[in-house]
Amino acid sequence: MADLSSEFIGIRSPNPFWLASAPPTDKAYNVVRAFEAGWGGVVWKTLGEDPPIVNVSGPRYGALLGRDRELIGFNNIELISDRPLGVNLEEIKAVKKDWPDRAIIVSVMVPCEEEPWERILPQIEATGADGVELNLGCPHGMSERNMGAAVGQVPEYVEMVTRFAKAHTRLPVIIKLTPNITDIVYPAEAAKRGGADAVSLINTISSLMGVNLDTMCPSPTIDGQASHGGYCGPAVKPIALNMVADIARRKETAGLPISGIGGITTWRDAAEFMALGAGNVQVCTAAMVYGFRIVEDMIDGLGNWMDEKGYDRVEDFIGAAVPGVVDWGKLNLNYVEKAHIDQDLCIKCGRCYIACEDTSHQAISVSDNGERVYKIKDEDCVGCNLCTNVCPVENCITMHRLESGTDPRTGEAISSEYMNWGMHPKNPYGKSQK
Amino acid sequence: MRALLEHMLKTSDLDSPGLSPEEYAENFSDLHPPLDAHQAAVEADRCYFCHDAPCVTACPTGIDIPSFIQKIATGNLRGSAKKILDENIFGAMCARVCPTEVLCEEACVRNTGENKPVAIGLLQRFSTDHLLAGGVQIYNQGPDSGKRIAIVGAGPAGLSCAHRLSMLGHSVTVFEAREKCGGLNEYGIAAYKVTGGIAQREIDYVLGVGGIEIKPAQTSGRDFSLAGLRENYDAVFLAMGLGGINQLGLQGEDMDNVLSAVDYIAELRQTDDLASLPIGQRVVVVGGGMTAIDIACQSRRLGAGDVTLVYRRGAEEMGASAFECDLARTDGVKIIYWAAPVRILSEEGALQAVEFEKTRANGAGGAGSPTGTGEKFIIEADMLFKAIGQAFESTSLEGFAESPELSKGRIVVDAAGRTSLDGVWAGGDCVAGGQDLTVAAVQDGKVAAHSIDSYLRGEAGENNG
Repeated sequence: MADLSSEFIGIRSPNPFWLASAPPTDKAYNVVRAFEAGWGGVVWKTLGEDPPIVNVSGPRYGALLGRDRELIGFNNIELISDRPLGVNLEEIKAVKKDWPDRAIIVSVMVPCEEEPWERILPQIEATGADGVELNLGCPHGMSERNMGAAVGQVPEYVEMVTRFAKAHTRLPVIIKLTPNITDIVYPAEAAKRGGADAVSLINTISSLMGVNLDTMCPSPTIDGQASHGGYCGPAVKPIALNMVADIARRKETAGLPISGIGGITTWRDAAEFMALGAGNVQVCTAAMVYGFRIVEDMIDGLGNWMDEKGYDRVEDFIGAAVPGVVDWGKLNLNYVEKAHIDQDLCIKCGRCYIACEDTSHQAISVSDNGERVYKIKDEDCVGCNLCTNVCPVENCITMHRLESGTDPRTGEAISSEYMNWGMHPKNPYGKSQK
Repeated sequence: MRALLEHMLKTSDLDSPGLSPEEYAENFSDLHPPLDAHQAAVEADRCYFCHDAPCVTACPTGIDIPSFIQKIATGNLRGSAKKILDENIFGAMCARVCPTEVLCEEACVRNTGENKPVAIGLLQRFSTDHLLAGGVQIYNQGPDSGKRIAIVGAGPAGLSCAHRLSMLGHSVTVFEAREKCGGLNEYGIAAYKVTGGIAQREIDYVLGVGGIEIKPAQTSGRDFSLAGLRENYDAVFLAMGLGGINQLGLQGEDMDNVLSAVDYIAELRQTDDLASLPIGQRVVVVGGGMTAIDIACQSRRLGAGDVTLVYRRGAEEMGASAFECDLARTDGVKIIYWAAPVRILSEEGALQAVEFEKTRANGAGGAGSPTGTGEKFIIEADMLFKAIGQAFESTSLEGFAESPELSKGRIVVDAAGRTSLDGVWAGGDCVAGGQDLTVAAVQDGKVAAHSIDSYLRGEAGENNG
């Protein structure tokens, strides 16, 4: 059996699955239940200075649901911990004492001045916690008070606050980044400059979940009004993957440890984040939807997959997919694929046909002697993959590389040579580059 | 006819088996309970919204099924119901009685991959029930054309034609033999398929378009004649259905407890008290169509002990679908293929048994009537139902100075529903070559309405619908 134990910036946990700083980690009761269920670590819900903040007493959450009420996306307008600082610190200390093998990281958010950080960090350190995570990502509520995403959106503030933290604690410091920016590498690089031990991302995305068309109230609605919340859940995973990969591959930030967050629901999601460079992962929404016991399959599934692939330790595959992420300009323009429809699997729904006909390249023919038979027209197929994506039958439409001969669409010979846009003869600014 | 049945039942020495009210209610509850809103949304999501969807082609009325299902998925229920009713104004009944397993749902591409089609019938019911429950009328009479059309028969064909003609601006008078409108929807469909008075609620909705006058209890030859209708109206649509039933041709066929399945079902549909219906303990049904299945199942549900359905051909040739046969077997009906009745056995005028002769296919492909093998057997019976098809009653054309051309006893029409008589159209079960399905009758009425409209407006090249 593969070894799932994790060491992330010196913090050990029996597996790479941590609960993210969020409602599930608000107090000892929940955290103990999480540890009993098998979670490798938690990031305790964000602590602030006393007096504690006041939350709304109406809906804090909103959801984007599928037809069978499958939760696709989720948002919240909950603020940081609304319990007294002292209560949280005592509970953290007690839980860490009882669960020494599990990681406890404490999320923290105080104003953008050195003094509050100097005040709070030693108190956190005294609990025996393994590290701190600076919440520079929360996009709602706290950002209006010049904390959270208001800091994370300004690289200079990120660097400054990171320095404050590093100056006043010996604990490892993780900077939690907001995705509500144009290029994630800027705040990540700032964190690195400030001396951060790691970044964690993504925090939630600013969002309104919808509008009640009877009342014209946006949702989640508090007394007829709504304020933007933070969006998360399975729908944000692709956005998070891209940001994680960007930090992992761009030279400015390459090598900076990453704790991956964003829509992770299964061991497979976790493995994808880790393949793109995350040293471990943090989970929130999936636990809020299904409860803590989902970690059992995360551990079991990841272990079985690692065994199957011959990975002994998580380090064996962390970052394995990073080299595959490149700028568009590095893609091989000589690479040609054509779609192929397996007529034995085809159920003749015609979705591929109408998608291609209406919105792509008119590369699918519709009938043979009045029968509903759909076939790819290689002479028109650009290999775009739309038909594969809309086909309801798995593996019915597959993409195949043309290895040799002539592309019937362009009439040009298939070349086995790599050629990107920079090398392309049609690029007016082309300069030979690999 | 009804009087005849009442006489039969009155003189019967059989009693009702005396099921409890709860047992009757359970036995005659909805065969397919409706979907709730969540189930409908989930089921609607299973529809692939096929290009050129085969279910549409398989629907005799050509409903745009993927579109109405998509509208359920988006919560546009009124739009969904209109998509259905635009093509089939009896969409609520057809959702219940259509043999979807051999029509739209058989064509569903989901069968190929997983052998489980989208539940199109149940979705259609969800959509149309919502509209009928809301009571919002979405159709109006068209601008008055000044034309008047007579329709004979207020069944699905007649009222479908009437509704479309009214939308097209014509005023319509419907001559109906019975007290209530609906034809077989009201008098012929098995009760557990049409619970909650849906047939009359739907008719109220259909007539709600306005411009349709119903004349009930009209007998042709006595109250009106075709010649009179042709003289007094601009066009005539004949949709009188099949008034008669096929007879076994056996001695003793008129004895007590040898009954027409059609008549008995009509009585069952109209009664307020199922316990008042006498039913045998050893019931034999002869026939292989939907009516045979309906009477066999309902006999069991009324409390009959043994019910045996005997059909002179094999399972493949049965008019009833495989689903219907499974339903009958689940209800405890025994089905015997390849046997035909040859003798009714009685004692002192009371039915005792029916003698059958085994049969086999006659000639290539078994197209002709099966022939007897000479081997015989007897089934004890205290009630025998005849369900070997309905027949066009030529008496329904009595008093017509000039009769439209008939073929095999039914009215000949072209693709637009035109008979051999100028200005006279026909549709539904009374025409030759039809499918004898409610949905087909609705389509006949709709097609004829457009043909009549073109004719009355003097347009060249009539719309065949």
